[in-house]
Amino acid sequence: MTVYYSKDHEWIRVEGSRGTVGISEHAQEQLGDVVYVELPEVGRSVKAGEAVAVVESVKAASDVYSPVSGTVVEINRAIVDNPALVNEDAEGAAWFFRIELADPSELDQLMTAEAYRDYLATLTQG
Amino acid sequence: MSALARTPLFDLHRELSAKFIAFAGFEMPLHYADGIVAEHRWCREQAALFDVSHMGQIAVRGEAAARALEALVPGDIQGLPLGRARYTLFTDDSGGILDDLIVTNAGDELLLVVNAACRAQDLALLEQRLPPSARAVLLSDRALLALQGPASATVLARLAPGCAALRFMHSAEMELCGLPCRVSRSGYTGEDGFEISVPAEGAERVARALLAAAEVRPAGLGARDTLRLEAGLCLYGHDIDRTTSPIEAGLAWTIGKRRREEANFPGAARILRELREGPARRLVGLKPEGRAPAREGSEILFEGKVVGRVTSGGFGPTVGGPIALGYVPAQLAVPGTRLALSIRGRAEPAHIVDLPFVPHRYVR
Repeated sequence: MTVYYSKDHEWIRVEGSRGTVGISEHAQEQLGDVVYVELPEVGRSVKAGEAVAVVESVKAASDVYSPVSGTVVEINRAIVDNPALVNEDAEGAAWFFRIELADPSELDQLMTAEAYRDYLATLTQG
Repeated sequence: MSALARTPLFDLHRELSAKFIAFAGFEMPLHYADGIVAEHRWCREQAALFDVSHMGQIAVRGEAAARALEALVPGDIQGLPLGRARYTLFTDDSGGILDDLIVTNAGDELLLVVNAACRAQDLALLEQRLPPSARAVLLSDRALLALQGPASATVLARLAPGCAALRFMHSAEMELCGLPCRVSRSGYTGEDGFEISVPAEGAERVARALLAAAEVRPAGLGARDTLRLEAGLCLYGHDIDRTTSPIEAGLAWTIGKRRREEANFPGAARILRELREGPARRLVGLKPEGRAPAREGSEILFEGKVVGRVTSGGFGPTVGGPIALGYVPAQLAVPGTRLALSIRGRAEPAHIVDLPFVPHRYVR
């Protein structure tokens, strides 16, 4: 089981051919109080980098991009009913959707947890 | 960021872990460590301290200053009693709104508080249009604090007992922490509260004295916006601007009886016609029936056709759901009218509701 991160601040935890996707702790901090979440339909086929979900804080609406291509197989209704869960446990209970990976080699384009930490450091310097 | 102006409280904001945004040329706190929703709730339940020093404070001095100012606004300024404040508008000749402002009769001068983004334009207007007997002076050496919420009066009375005698839109000079301040019982949250004009060099001292009270926490522009939206108060540049008239915006109450009769303010022809015949469109409260917030710019649909746009929209923490303001044709501007708001291409059901979304709790 490995967790990867995208430059758009999504994480994906991969187990076998399936990945669980959410937004990073950094992303939820930047958003502030999350008040609304919109998830894709189960069965939707998505491409890597495609906007598939929406997360809205008091401040603004943001797209959530799928870090990989594949088919959405499960969504987390708990965050639709209780959007604040995204602030409480962004990289755990507040996952957004599960996806059946179309091409596991796409994971090579993503960052490890350590590389993502370094990436965040470059953002805060700017 | 170096091009942005800072208020006298910038260092204090940083000490309080503010997250900053650029707003009207100023580097202002968007929120502090607690976040927008917690700051909003604290203001409704206790008392929140806002730094609003970015707003322009202008004194209009000289003989017949009130009469001179009336040439630029539709409000009754000559009839404004000593120690009273009034909300009014700078209007243009076509009846649009150039800015909204508070005018206070301070006896020897009128004190104006104008929007930060309009400050330069307002000053230019005053310089251009005031007669030689009156002049406008920017009070750049003063900061402005807003203490808002039900505990405000109790807290402020510990520093300035005189504040308890003020009622909504009353104003007086009083000493706070040894500094000469002007305290007005007014604000932009719908709650009871005070706005305190303080010499810039003493602003931090006053702010710290207020924050020392257990009832007071700092709040940023994020909460200021959600609070004013729930209170149904217009935000200049969004809900009102040069393309909207005071009557369309529901601000007919700001136009005094004498001013209506005299009809001698900029845009009087259009404004008075709309008062008589009704405007073509009106600003209304919109309540989306789902959970998705409709943001500024969202189309308002009625029977499948675009009839207007959302001018302010978001999540109301006290309402517990999305709320919005927007203009609709006057014949639709009735509470209960069902329409739809276009959110990411989908028509989401909404209906018109009475304003404010959250009742005002002013002390009159």
